[in-house]
Amino acid sequence: MEARRSSRMVIDPKVRQVGFFTPSALPDRTASAPTDPSSSPPVSDISPANSLSPVMIPPPRHASDNFTFNLTRTVPVPVPVPGPGSPLRHVSSGENMPLGSYNPSESFLGTSPLGQSSASKVVVDGEFSDDVASPAGWFRRGSTGKVASSLPSGGFDMAAAKKGSFAVAGSVTAVSVVKMPPEKSEGLTASQNDRPPSSKPLKEKTSKADRRALQESQRAAKAAARAEGNKGAPLASAKAAKSVKHVSQKKDGIQGSPSVAASEKKGIDYFPEKERKKDAPHPRMQFDDKERVEKAKRRAVVKKTEVRNRVELFRHLPQYEHGTQLPYLECKFFQLEAVHPSVYKVGLRYLAGDICGGNARCIAMLEAFKDAIRDYSTPPEKTLNRDLTSKIGSFVSFLIECRPLSISMGNAIRFLKNCITNSPLSLSDSEAKSGLLSGIDRFINEKVTSADQAIVKHAVSKIRDGDVLLTYSSSAVVEAILLYAHDHGKQFRVVIVDSRPKLEGQALMRRLVEKGLSCTYTHINAVSYIMHEVTKVLMGAASVLSNGTVYSRVGTACVAMVAHQFRVPVLICCEAYKFDERVLLDSICSNELGDPDAISKVPGRLDVNHLNDWADNENMQLLNLLYDATPSDYVSMIVTDYGMIPPTSVPVIVRQYGQHLW
Amino acid sequence: MWGRSASFILEKQQHLEEEKKLKMAQQQDPLLQNPNSSLSAYYQNRAAHHAVVTSDWLAQAQAAAAHRPDGLPPPDDLDGDADQRPFSVIDEFNRWRKQPDLAEAVAAIMALASVIRSSQATTMMELEIELKKASDSLKSWDTTSISLTAACDLFTRYVTRTSALEYEDFNSAKARLIERGEKFGEISRKARQTIATLSQDFIFDGCTILVHGFSRVVFEVLKTAVQNKKLFRVLCTELKQLTVLDLICFASLELAEGRPDRTGLRLSNELSKLNVPVKLLIDSAVAYAMDEIDMVFVGADGVVESGGIINMMGTYQIALVAHSMNKPVYVAAESYKFARLYPLDQKDMAPALRPIDFGVPVPPEVEVEKSARDYTPPQYLTLLFTDLGVLTPSVVSDELIQLYL
Repeated sequence: MEARRSSRMVIDPKVRQVGFFTPSALPDRTASAPTDPSSSPPVSDISPANSLSPVMIPPPRHASDNFTFNLTRTVPVPVPVPGPGSPLRHVSSGENMPLGSYNPSESFLGTSPLGQSSASKVVVDGEFSDDVASPAGWFRRGSTGKVASSLPSGGFDMAAAKKGSFAVAGSVTAVSVVKMPPEKSEGLTASQNDRPPSSKPLKEKTSKADRRALQESQRAAKAAARAEGNKGAPLASAKAAKSVKHVSQKKDGIQGSPSVAASEKKGIDYFPEKERKKDAPHPRMQFDDKERVEKAKRRAVVKKTEVRNRVELFRHLPQYEHGTQLPYLECKFFQLEAVHPSVYKVGLRYLAGDICGGNARCIAMLEAFKDAIRDYSTPPEKTLNRDLTSKIGSFVSFLIECRPLSISMGNAIRFLKNCITNSPLSLSDSEAKSGLLSGIDRFINEKVTSADQAIVKHAVSKIRDGDVLLTYSSSAVVEAILLYAHDHGKQFRVVIVDSRPKLEGQALMRRLVEKGLSCTYTHINAVSYIMHEVTKVLMGAASVLSNGTVYSRVGTACVAMVAHQFRVPVLICCEAYKFDERVLLDSICSNELGDPDAISKVPGRLDVNHLNDWADNENMQLLNLLYDATPSDYVSMIVTDYGMIPPTSVPVIVRQYGQHLW
Repeated sequence: MWGRSASFILEKQQHLEEEKKLKMAQQQDPLLQNPNSSLSAYYQNRAAHHAVVTSDWLAQAQAAAAHRPDGLPPPDDLDGDADQRPFSVIDEFNRWRKQPDLAEAVAAIMALASVIRSSQATTMMELEIELKKASDSLKSWDTTSISLTAACDLFTRYVTRTSALEYEDFNSAKARLIERGEKFGEISRKARQTIATLSQDFIFDGCTILVHGFSRVVFEVLKTAVQNKKLFRVLCTELKQLTVLDLICFASLELAEGRPDRTGLRLSNELSKLNVPVKLLIDSAVAYAMDEIDMVFVGADGVVESGGIINMMGTYQIALVAHSMNKPVYVAAESYKFARLYPLDQKDMAPALRPIDFGVPVPPEVEVEKSARDYTPPQYLTLLFTDLGVLTPSVVSDELIQLYL
């Protein structure tokens, strides 16, 4: 296989901004750094969602989480914190990111959609990295004021210096306590630290150096915390017997902001219910990490039983026994008051597999969110921007539990959160809501419907009379292209390649044949046989990543490679809103596992039962991958709403139109 | 896109350039006046400077074939543009085309610029419509010319995509447009020089270059190389650089018994005038000769979005051979040839036919492939030398996206 681009010398006389370059990313954060005490909480123009990668939108644990995002991207805004209720917190990030009170009248806890303190978080072991990065530290007040003394002077001074008024009102000392079980092995801490779920979004936008610095500082902080563990524990109140630690940022000194998440501790009691809702598994949680999985499970709304025999390479992906969640969820319906019924319904349909396909899932989700927004009213003492964002966040975490987000959904969520955060605070509830609703409608219309029309128009220009078009599985856009070309009198033949277990191609074939197209149906096993008569391959995609890799239904890569070998051009049709700024090199790191039973059983063939008891046999592992990654070498062209581009130009679209894409 | 034209490197050698230009102007002035009546299509126009169709050049080529060295009229890479097209309705365009050293596309750009200048429009909208009309008529004047279409599109984009449109005062807005139009024309006119200068780094001592067909840009590149030699001789060490330059030029010969295009002959004539060692081979000998070649230089009729090029027939196979032998393939193309096209394969292009005379009668039932150009996919190209800089093929699409989207 030849690489699409052969090796070449790159001798460039000029400095060119070619390649992956996001000019706005850094300035975004640093530009907001004017240390102006009077500057108001820059919440409105800084959307937490901005920093999120599409798929990685972690469900906000509660509103203050979002707030943290805001904070991380703002500057030290030394606003005196007015009352005991407003804790001071530092959020750990690679940057100098002091706090500000985003809204003095609100307590952080108050903004939680669940109306609860996040205190219980700490209780869970292994959570510390969460805590480091999230503001949801735990809080102690009054008598535990001593803890302040365990603050490394650096951090404290810094905070004090920055804040001017370190509003530790009354007896409340808000200190972030990072829980850190001393017995934890260094290796584990390090590895967890590498992917602290809530700091991940931050990482997304930070530069490499920043991330490095962040990581280093966290590591250092951890080490320091451990060192201090023995010291700190005696100081802490009896309640805090679980080694209360403060993370110091000695390394970075003033530069690195200490990971002090200070907040008010209402009590260290564990609220399992609340906790559960807050902390859904991170979309990209590594499921081979036992402790995290345990923790996530405790919180999960949807009870899922994990499949036992998992394939070695794919242990980091979630895999559950199919069908176990549905009954549970159904009976839980009335207990999940936090989830809007429409969202609930959509989630169940995802779970049942009723809705599949990137666009369909995305639209269904947005429609459900529209219902939810329509029924939403801002609780007293809260602002719509923040409360709704967290609400959406909790919906999203529910949806993730039903089925991992697709990239299209991730991008749509990012868009929606942007919308919410950017809606002016001065608007009344109904105005803001109608604005959001029309925003969602516009998104669906522009990014999905019109984009599809544009794609159809572009792609049809490539279909000539006498063509034999091969398509794999079923893609809505490809179907539209074929129908449009047929309607316009082009004479061509279609080869539909399908694969088990979904056999989506059959439905596509049925629809096409009804419209009068001439179709051939075959399974992917025969693709190399059929390919020699094919003139073009048209396929859809779940996403196109920044290196041109196409992330799509499993089997796409196979078809594309065979086509490339036969020198048949491969056209990938993908709406630009599904582009992702991430890079994927293989299908392992990020993927989704389907129900293994689907491949072990053949419908209608009871005699094929060799795999029936596979779950009981340790040595038998079934892998039902849902996606794969097609390297850009095998893709001739990507058809998007912006036109036909080579796969190497995807980052250009993302860079130039990233703001408008999502 | 043109804001960061690499033409800055020209300024480094400004006085040298000026001298050169003077010299060139002197050389070329007498050459303008060989108007050929030619046909309308782009490839027939090119054929003029490829010396296929016009009797004038046919005679020259035959003379060249007889005795290659010095029996020819002085080299002239511009005459193709100097053709007067009898049926052309676009006077301005033709006026510009009479200018020396102007490619057809640049002539179109200059013509469009003067459309703005002479426009009687009183509103921006009117002006834009007028411009659009003019560029449409230019485009329809020859639909097979990729560079003409691309240049018209690019000019319209470049000129109208400016904040000038927000000026309240129409006159100042128009002045701004004219300014931009002229800047664009200027850049386009300088393009060939820029490319020649940029490419000098890639021509090294003792290298052997394979050139396909006659491309004015490639010729400019080689000429500049030769001139650099003189220059360097004065300065010091590079004496040998280009004396060793062994140019294997290339007459494309259809099926060996067909009539050669004589483009290679022409180039070899002109290069031998410059004292460059030249060897001529037929295009079926490319693979045979490839092992002694260090690099392949080709021009382009159009550079498409994938980063590939559309060029005179035969380029693709040379690129394939070069690729399989790991020789770099360099393309010299002005940025006004960047076209919003994305051919997927050879047949996925608007056909551009040219007459082919095999010299012997062809039985009527035998089909003759008349296509004048082929498409070379980007994976076979190493670098593109453009006036925007030296680009990898994938950057072409980046530039186009930035301009058009």
